[in-house]
Amino acid sequence: MQYPAELKYVKSHEWIRMEGDTAVIGISDYAQDALGDLVFVNLPEAGDSVTLGEAFGDVESVKAVSDVISPVTGVVKEINEDLLENPQRINEAPYEAWFIKVGEITEEEEYLTAEAYEAFAAEEAEG
Amino acid sequence: MEKKTPLYEKHVAAGGKIVPFAGYLLPVQYSAGVIAEHKAVREGCGMFDVSHMGEIICTGKDALAYLNWLLTNDFSGMYDGQARYSPMCNEQGGVVDDLIVYKEKEDHYFIVVNAANKEKDFAWMKAHRRGDVCLSDLSDNYVQIALQGPLAEQILRRLTDGSRIPTASYSAVFDGRVGEIPCIISRTGYTGEDGFELYCDEKQGAALWDLLLAEGKPEGLIPCGLGARDTLRLEAGMPLYGHEMDDRVNPREAGLFPFVKMEKEDFIGKAALKEMGTPPRKRVGLKVTGRGIIREHCGLYADGRIIGYTTSGTHAPYLGYPIAMGLVEAEFATLGRVLEADVRGRRVAAEVVKLPFYKKAAK
Repeated sequence: MQYPAELKYVKSHEWIRMEGDTAVIGISDYAQDALGDLVFVNLPEAGDSVTLGEAFGDVESVKAVSDVISPVTGVVKEINEDLLENPQRINEAPYEAWFIKVGEITEEEEYLTAEAYEAFAAEEAEG
Repeated sequence: MEKKTPLYEKHVAAGGKIVPFAGYLLPVQYSAGVIAEHKAVREGCGMFDVSHMGEIICTGKDALAYLNWLLTNDFSGMYDGQARYSPMCNEQGGVVDDLIVYKEKEDHYFIVVNAANKEKDFAWMKAHRRGDVCLSDLSDNYVQIALQGPLAEQILRRLTDGSRIPTASYSAVFDGRVGEIPCIISRTGYTGEDGFELYCDEKQGAALWDLLLAEGKPEGLIPCGLGARDTLRLEAGMPLYGHEMDDRVNPREAGLFPFVKMEKEDFIGKAALKEMGTPPRKRVGLKVTGRGIIREHCGLYADGRIIGYTTSGTHAPYLGYPIAMGLVEAEFATLGRVLEADVRGRRVAAEVVKLPFYKKAAK
């Protein structure tokens, strides 16, 4: 399992990369592995508002559907349209397969470092 | 507390993701993932631990008459080794379980039932016992391994005397041997492919598992989990108890009427099924034409009202698009009809299509 040190993480298994004032959001290696082969992604549209702690989209594997939770409150600037056609990219490269970019951020989750998140994920895997 | 099958350690060692299912701890998938496992079965060969299934032996000079009364199918005229699928109904015509009956020999039948229902089934069978019939639940004595896919026979042929491989679909050889291991070799499965279900003594289960896996290497044989088992049966349009039918859905609605022999003198549920006549709802196959995946328990809508619900649904890995099955009012069960499913508050369109969704090419 890979957790790049330059990214931030949250306990709902999303990663965040700050590009200036914009948060780029995806799901972690742990999350994609736990979900299994992804076959469908539902994303918001550019211009939609997202709220910290609330679902902004969902991902579906062959077996199950899971919400993707926003770690920030703000406005969607861009979505990764490629994922709509190619959800398997999330399994192949979870840190390249970003979901949305959010600007006008007014609120942020308390982020975990890669190290802290790795420990949290390992604990959760033990269940 | 869930039970472990005798192959549990094999699954963990092979990277299986273990989940509780029907009272057992079983792998939902291995490291290859559901899609790769599904494709292995369609294009090569995959194997499954299905030891959670129940095995019940029915013997005695009235065994045939009893089974013909207990179950909806007709078991007369079967040859030794032949297998027949059947629903088992309650007095209201609802389904207690669906199962497979093998005639091992005269007055001796081997019955395979669903894991989640085995206690209920055995109690039901005992409660409705008639005449000179002996029933034994031997579920814990057997390991069952399903070897499925177009290359399954090629692998099995290297491990057993060719004359001990059943040639006809839905037949079995009871005194088979795979390697040195005594097995029941049955040409059956739940994937829509050619393949076998092998039953051996639980003490030799792990050895049989290892033997098959090693022998199948050249064919790309991989272990497959419950995830692929479900997507394979769904793609093949096969019903699953608790989804397409249950004690309140009768076999006629579930599309299982070919396995209900109304011309038989009597059987449990016959009077109710006769009185019901043509059912008001029917099982249909749905191809999702909108965006999204429709899973079980979604309301189905047409003409601005709810007309049914989905019973199973997933992304079909081999076909490459999402599919579902549902129970709908009969007038909407026409091919080409477009329905809408309520998927977590969003409407997703789906078209009624012919079942099965996938059919293996004729040999």
